[in-house]
Amino acid sequence: MMIGSPLLSIEHISKEFYGNVVLHDVSFDLQRGEILGLVGENGAGKTTLMRILFGMPVISDTGGFQGTIKIAGNPVHFASPFDALDAGLGMVHQEFSLIPGFTTTENIVLNRESMHPSLLNDVFGDRMSILDRDKMRERAKKAIEKLGVEIDPDMLISEMPVGHKQFTEIAREIDREQTQILILDEPTAVLTETEAEVLLKTLKRLAQEGIGIIFISHRLQEVLTLADRIIVLRDGHVVQNVPNQELGIRDVASWMVGRSMKETEIRSEPRSFSQIALQVRHLRVDMPGEAVQDVSFEVMQGEIFGIGGLAGQGKLGIPNGIMGLFPASGRVELKGKSVPLNNPAKALSMGMAFVSEDRHGVGLLLDESLEWNIAFTGMQIQGQYLKKILGNLFSLRDEKAMQALCEEYIQLLDIKCTSTKQKAKELSGGNQQKVCLAKAFSLNPTLLFVSEPTRGIDVGAKKLVLDTLHHYNLDFGTTIVISSSELEELRSICDRIAIVDEGRIAGILPPTADISEFGLLMSGSRVREAIHG
Amino acid sequence: MDRLKTFIQDFGWPRIIIFLFLVSLFIMAPFVQVRIDASISDVLNRFGQNAIMVLAMVPMIQSGCGLNFGLALGLVSGLLGATLSLEFELIGIAGFLGAIALATPFSILFGWFYAKLLNKVKGEEMTIAMYVGFSFIMFMCILWLILPYSNPTMIWGYAGKGLRTTISVENYWLRILNNFLAIRIGEFFIFPTGLLLFVGLFAAMMWLFLRSKTGTAMTAVGSNPQFARASGVDVDKMRTISIIISTFLGAVGIIVYQQSFGFIQLYTAPSPMVFPAVAAILIGGATINKASMVNVLVGTILFQGLLTMTPSVINSILQTDMSEVIRIIVSNGMILYALTRKVKVSK
Repeated sequence: MMIGSPLLSIEHISKEFYGNVVLHDVSFDLQRGEILGLVGENGAGKTTLMRILFGMPVISDTGGFQGTIKIAGNPVHFASPFDALDAGLGMVHQEFSLIPGFTTTENIVLNRESMHPSLLNDVFGDRMSILDRDKMRERAKKAIEKLGVEIDPDMLISEMPVGHKQFTEIAREIDREQTQILILDEPTAVLTETEAEVLLKTLKRLAQEGIGIIFISHRLQEVLTLADRIIVLRDGHVVQNVPNQELGIRDVASWMVGRSMKETEIRSEPRSFSQIALQVRHLRVDMPGEAVQDVSFEVMQGEIFGIGGLAGQGKLGIPNGIMGLFPASGRVELKGKSVPLNNPAKALSMGMAFVSEDRHGVGLLLDESLEWNIAFTGMQIQGQYLKKILGNLFSLRDEKAMQALCEEYIQLLDIKCTSTKQKAKELSGGNQQKVCLAKAFSLNPTLLFVSEPTRGIDVGAKKLVLDTLHHYNLDFGTTIVISSSELEELRSICDRIAIVDEGRIAGILPPTADISEFGLLMSGSRVREAIHG
Repeated sequence: MDRLKTFIQDFGWPRIIIFLFLVSLFIMAPFVQVRIDASISDVLNRFGQNAIMVLAMVPMIQSGCGLNFGLALGLVSGLLGATLSLEFELIGIAGFLGAIALATPFSILFGWFYAKLLNKVKGEEMTIAMYVGFSFIMFMCILWLILPYSNPTMIWGYAGKGLRTTISVENYWLRILNNFLAIRIGEFFIFPTGLLLFVGLFAAMMWLFLRSKTGTAMTAVGSNPQFARASGVDVDKMRTISIIISTFLGAVGIIVYQQSFGFIQLYTAPSPMVFPAVAAILIGGATINKASMVNVLVGTILFQGLLTMTPSVINSILQTDMSEVIRIIVSNGMILYALTRKVKVSK
């Protein structure tokens, strides 16, 4: 080993998925005993980078990557995560990979158990050895001690608080003698504040023992407290790689979200509104992965209201909860009339419509024709596209009216399809999104919720979809509430933008507000900054 | 050539093979002294007898509940209706319609409970349904013995109570549909007009229903329940409606079968009637989540055609009774084929 060469160096790594560049010429080094804070928005390329580092099969399945990874100066190539483990990389995932029915000890030494040879070894080989439970317990204890926490080595994982599970995962990585590099992906996301503090202390102590740590978190305050060096990824580029000296949370926040303002044109001039369209009070939504804790806000009549924030913070839970798709509680009023929650039919018939973020799961009937997709909700809720037969006894689908409606929207939104009878699954992502919009528009809603309108569609279609929404608002005065992870998109068409963090609204800003303001709200540092700064 | 290929793809190999086999049976028939006209008459008759039970599969397939392996609930409702009609000594068309009317409340009740259960086991409907069907038939075996029926044509002579295993409807409503406007051509050919009209009526009603608002909602529930829910449709309610309709059609189906066959068969008799209905709609080209009237029509004709022709033709050739074996191979084979090709609704 060359003295002085960094523990891990990443050199010129690029990666694309089907022509979509997610990492572009990423290079950085990790020294022995250094803690590297890696920050970036969702989709900045953090996860892909870690997957490459860990030799995950998904990378080689999609065409591999360019660039080299060196450990202690030697180029390495990992064909699978096992190679990475052997080379001394340890990874602590956001989701726990522990066996709930096993004890702490068993989880920590899993697959590396200490063993006694037994008589059967002569015949059947090592697999017939007997576990040396005392030794295993010793090892587990030692690993836990190293972390500076107290966990009962004989406790079952299923009975542990989440914090302890997180520590068990780290202990497992440390128990491997060869582990020199530890990667933690959002380790504090599930921890309470005190647990998070203990974890940060532990990591510092590990670093002092010479282990290199890559710490990924969107909580900027933690990163600033912990890291020796901060790397900011944005759209697959390393935009900053600086030592953590005299950095303010504001700087990091603006590096993380900021594109130059030239790229974003803010279309709506400041408008003023007088009437309240939607009033939400103490909304709580139990949507898995997007839980909303306690949200109150107003949307004005005729406004485009944006809801932003990082993934998993609850911005998608708000529209899903109001539209009755997930269990919700609280008070919602549409133009002064109370909206019953947990009742999609009622929400729709009161004049609200919803374009779901889950296009394939909720938004479309993939196996049915475009006519069905666009007309169905109007038929069920408003009784449209039905014709009476046998003297009003019975009503049937009016296929002609459905076709006319469908043709109208195909023309209006420029949906590329072979006919109105084409199945929804055969369209491209962007055109499918237009079908979802057409379905919502055909209800003539007074309030339209749109979730992640541009997720998974290409750049050209993105612009079209946003333009469509913008014009729809201008032409019909429809109030629109857009939830999106793409801040730039929200800033380009919204009148006001609420940023959601940990299930609560962190603040509401005008689109012209400084980019760092948004970054601050997203990283949940509004309160904490006040304390530290 | 390409058109032929797409046609074969759309129609499916199993159907083509069964169709060719059926045609070859018809061609062979004259050589083994089986009359074609009598055979065709037989096929039509059996088609009418069974079509409504096959039609019963449609609503549940459309609403995403899969194949109704629990059709036995409907069949038992029909048996209850038929036996009650005999108990009340209803004769002729009144007896037949009375049997349907008396079976209706049972089919709604059983269907409702059946739906409650199936709504709790989404995704596993078919397996659960099969066991519901089997155990319900067994439960009814007890009831047939202890229910207080008193019409002497129906109960065991020596004990004076308990229903017989087979009860003749000869003096009540035998062939009431078959003989309605029936056209007799020559000695061997009878066209069962009434029977086919009755089947046509039910098929037309189902066709209309699937085009109504409720029918459309039901199809959407089967296609993507999340979509339907987001559009304000009560998914469980639609499934319940489809299951009740299916159970009701099962009841009507067995009564139509009995008036043509001449006997009410009780105890374990409904058991072997479920799989042929399932197999028939699959042979007709239905999948586990899409079925149409054409599937019912084509499937019933092919399957019943096979059942009619194999005993007469194959048995004459081989000098042994192969019909039952072929029926079991075809019906179970077809179900197996369909289940392995279970195309999930695209997500």
